[in-house]
Amino acid sequence: MRKKRVAFFDFSCCEGCQLQVANMGETLLDVLELMDIVEFREVMSEKSDSYDIAIVEGSITTGHDIKRLKKIRERAKALIAYGSCAAIGGVNGMKNSFDLNEIQSYVYGDKADWFPTIKTKALCQVVDVDYTVYGCPVYLPEFVKILKYALQDIPYTVKDEAVCVECKANENECMYDKGITCLGPATKAGCNSWCINNGNICYGCRGMVKETVRNGSMDVLKKYDIPLEWVLGKFDMYNKPLEDEVEK
Amino acid sequence: MSESRHVDVQYLTRVEGHGNIVVNVKEGKLEECRLDVIESPRFFEGMLRGRSIFEAQHITSRICGICACGHTLASVQAGEDALGLAYTQQTKKLRELLLHMEILDSHILHIYLLVAPDLLGVKSFVPLIGTHEFVVRRALRMKMTCNDVCELLVGRHVHPISCIIGGFTKIPNAEEIKDMLGALYVMREDMEATVALAKTLKFPAFERETEYVALVSDTGEYPLLEGDIGSTDGVRLKKHQYKKLSNEFIVEHSSAKHAKCSRESYMVGALARFNLNAEKLHPAAKKAAGELGMAPKIFNPFLNTAAQVVECVHCLEEAIKILEDLKQNGTDQSEEIVVGLNERKTIPVRAGVGVGAVEVPRGTLIHCYETDADGKIVNADCVIPTSQNVNNIEHDMRKLVPEILDKTDEEITLMMEMLVRAYDPCISCSAHFLDVKFVDR
Repeated sequence: MRKKRVAFFDFSCCEGCQLQVANMGETLLDVLELMDIVEFREVMSEKSDSYDIAIVEGSITTGHDIKRLKKIRERAKALIAYGSCAAIGGVNGMKNSFDLNEIQSYVYGDKADWFPTIKTKALCQVVDVDYTVYGCPVYLPEFVKILKYALQDIPYTVKDEAVCVECKANENECMYDKGITCLGPATKAGCNSWCINNGNICYGCRGMVKETVRNGSMDVLKKYDIPLEWVLGKFDMYNKPLEDEVEK
Repeated sequence: MSESRHVDVQYLTRVEGHGNIVVNVKEGKLEECRLDVIESPRFFEGMLRGRSIFEAQHITSRICGICACGHTLASVQAGEDALGLAYTQQTKKLRELLLHMEILDSHILHIYLLVAPDLLGVKSFVPLIGTHEFVVRRALRMKMTCNDVCELLVGRHVHPISCIIGGFTKIPNAEEIKDMLGALYVMREDMEATVALAKTLKFPAFERETEYVALVSDTGEYPLLEGDIGSTDGVRLKKHQYKKLSNEFIVEHSSAKHAKCSRESYMVGALARFNLNAEKLHPAAKKAAGELGMAPKIFNPFLNTAAQVVECVHCLEEAIKILEDLKQNGTDQSEEIVVGLNERKTIPVRAGVGVGAVEVPRGTLIHCYETDADGKIVNADCVIPTSQNVNNIEHDMRKLVPEILDKTDEEITLMMEMLVRAYDPCISCSAHFLDVKFVDR
């Protein structure tokens, strides 16, 4: 079987998800055996015009980004939205809670016109996305799993379970029992409850689960008398762009 | 010599973030020389407004995936300063350990994967897998070790989990400390090989004296986590006076602001720290500097990479020292911080201004937050190492280009790229924190 040609691209983001690739250690060399990396600007000077799989990090924040992403989409057989910025808009989306002109002039003063910006969008709000890797940053074991599916052209959908499912399996003491609110009951699982394992709460970086499970989480919130508004406010750290209309 | 040259590098590679280089020479005269920062602005400062001071670390860590731990440390320091909260000796040690791992990890990535390909004449580390497999394996192994240590210490290296205002939500136990220490002992052999490799690398000969800026202190410690802001031109400022250092200004071709202090530009980073504080390095790092023929002051920016090698030795040995101490004296698990403090109002909040100044891999990083009486952020400001360096890089380019006009276009282009890469720029960081409040200017 011919090796798949894989290219990495980044838009507005911290590039931490790409860095996770370098954090695989020597295993990276085994992974590289399975594909031809043809473009990866952060660590390579080589460039290419065609690829089987485009792995795209970052969210869309300028008009130029939209054009560039559409071009990448045209050239790629499959597109992976890589990390929360790409998948759901991520932290860049907090900007959408503000008036764009106001936040531009807060940061750039009377030079705001020099640096145009649009409302932050997730990739799926601009082009079709074939695979989605959630997480800020991505959880490497999950990424490797999705990559294996993509390399074999098999579709993959992230299970619609809450972080609580994994958290219980990890035998963590529930934050709610400690009197602390946590977004685990309403956040998509797949990260192995990474943050709670380390004594912090879930911040909802992987986005919200679908309706059924969210209803379950409403019960939890009711039990501990947590206002829904508080939870939604917390979700606006990562999920804001998905509230907007899709403009493909 | 009368000739015209045009260098236009779009989407500079092997740097973190998006930048272009433009050089224009007409009839032997340098007309234009720019490092365009084209990174999309992300407006972090604006987005922080209205957020709880206790959320600042989680959000600002996301400015940069490479120096996430550095942003975290600057952020918690600024937050604690605003709240008037003191931290314990154990917290200080664990934070220093985290910072040493951050600098080590980032420098290894830069030395091996971003710079070495230029010096070995290839386009990336990928061809090196065929020709220098053991070198690539060593780099990935060293990076992995830093990652493993960070995982035990703060959950992960990219966007650390447990390092928050007040201390740590999870304190490593005896077994974890043993594991970290073991991993770092093993790394010593790879570190020796790294210094040996650095000795064989030929860095371009070029000099331009500039002002070098880093944290300084009156203690014997190589200042990384705490200190005043100092420079080789005799500047010494308390961290609250940081605006007097950077004097930031905006130029149209760069979404990263520019900075200058005592002269036209200044440099931060490993070389600046070396030039200011070399005598405080760990003895093993001093030895490495000797082997590399380095003594302060060094005016060749390409040697920033060599200074990073020296700092790698320093950070490894200092990290081992901290862990040996923690192993011997044990950790106090009762200092574990319960997250959600702000919800339970365990830490009183107040209106105030706090500044955090930390030496991160690429130089001095400053976070400043102003909070209201409810502990909500009303103003945020950050001074990023790369935005401080961009102006200095352009001044280097202006001196370097006329010196290499006899070379081919390809050679000039490569040399320009190498110069920019030597600074290890983190362009996404630099563009994420454009502060454009023109007050007091």
